[in-house]
Parts: sequence; C-alpha cells; structure tokens
Amino acid sequence: MAIDINQQFDLHSRVLGLANQRLELLADNVANADTPNYKARDIDFRAAMANASQPGGLGGDLPMAATRPGHIQAGGAGPNTTNPLYRVPDQPSLDGNTVDSQKENAAIAETSVRYQATLTFLSSRIRGLRDAITGGR
Amino acid sequence: MGLFRIFDIAGSAMSAQSVRLNTTASNLANANTVASSAETAYRSRQPVFQTVMDNSAGMDPASAGVRVAGVVETTAPPAKVHDPGNPLADEEGYVYMSNVNPVDELVNMISASRSYQNSVEVLSTSKELLLRTLSLGQ
Repeated sequence: MAIDINQQFDLHSRVLGLANQRLELLADNVANADTPNYKARDIDFRAAMANASQPGGLGGDLPMAATRPGHIQAGGAGPNTTNPLYRVPDQPSLDGNTVDSQKENAAIAETSVRYQATLTFLSSRIRGLRDAITGGR
Repeated sequence: MGLFRIFDIAGSAMSAQSVRLNTTASNLANANTVASSAETAYRSRQPVFQTVMDNSAGMDPASAGVRVAGVVETTAPPAKVHDPGNPLADEEGYVYMSNVNPVDELVNMISASRSYQNSVEVLSTSKELLLRTLSLGQ
C-alpha cells in the first residue's frame, strides 16, 4: 500500500495555517485594544475548517466565474486564508472600539491549544511514519 | 510565517503602550508645574493610537498592529491661582497651574499597563507555539 505523505500531513497543515491566521487576527485585536474606532475581527474556525477541508477549497473565497474561454481564472487567496469577520460587541464602548480583552484572551488560549494539539498529532504521525520506514528499530 | 508577524504586532502594541505610559509619567511629573501665563502653562499630553493597515503582505486587508499617530495636548483651560509670593506670578499675582487631572492619568496608567501585559502574554504564547513547531518531528 502506497502512502501519500502529502495526504498524511495535509489536514494538519491546514489546521496550523488557520490557527496561525486566527492568532494573527487576535494579536491584532489585542494590539488595538485602545485604538478608537477599531473593530475587532475574528474567523469562524469551524466554518473555515469545513471550507478548507474540501478538496481544493479556496477557504471562503467566492471563485470568479469564467463564462468564456478567454476569461482569466483569478486565483483566490491561498488555501489557508479565509475572510475575517467583524465581531459583534457585547458591550459597545463610547470610542467605537469593539475589542473585548477577555474574549480575545480566551480565544487565544483556545487557538493555542488547538495548535498544540495539531502539533502533537503531527508529531505522532511523523513518529509513526518513521517507525514504518525503519521497521521499528 | 504568521507567528513571526505576531511578534511585530505585539511589539507595536507594546511600544505604543509604552509611549502612553511615558506621557502619563510626564503628565504626572508636571501635575504641579506652574507658569506665568495661560499660554505657557503645561498641558496634559495624550497619545492618539491608530491601526496600521498593511495590505502588502499578500493577505487580504490584514492590519499589522498599532502605532502612535501623534501626541496631542488637551485643551482644558489651566487653573488660575492667586499666589503673589511665587516668583513666576504675573503682575496681578496669578500663576497658571497645569491642566493635568491626576485621576485621569492614574486610570490611563492602569489601562496602559494592563494592555501592555496582554501584549506580553500574546507574545509569549506565540513564542511557545513557534518553538514547539520548530521541534516538530524530533
């Protein structure tokens, strides 16, 4: 039985990419916690994951319709990016800022656990493949 | 690599918050400064934060942290105090106090230090993730 190494790592690398992107957005939110009129952004991890795990899914981007042979097929963003959404604030503040520090910290903790879990999965997958290669020696 | 960008983002936040702490320190230090005219009286300084929008990284409008757009002086009028014995008093015997409100400044200081701590937390989380990623497969 042939093992496709890409297939072995594909899903996990997508998760890492998404978690990465989300952490970046959350870091942005924390950085702009005191910026007037900043609107907090986040991605829906579940929806993004569902999108990314479709074969060839362009993570949330609407593909451009090519109705004639001459149309250039515009490439969307990479497979690991998804469109961020603005967060609906629980307690809007007077300066128009919608960052909720508690929420951001909770989301960072959650994403970081997801990321570490994926790393653990990847590690054991690598170990398994290595065992298969060396015959467990 | 996104985790490296988080260093930039959190770093920009920390530098912006330290500017804020800096102005707070300056304001509190000058809370009791007097001047001989309303124009030269010390006015409390406040930084204005602005999101840095960075479209260059190939990402869709992703911002890259925060920066201090400028430091503005507040417009509240300085208090006029009758103190003829002060060497800085004008011919009518008045000195002009700074318009610093110490309560505002202390609140600002606490808020800035909490935001700074949050950024440090973000930084250390992403550093940990990065190190774990680097040791993957070992």
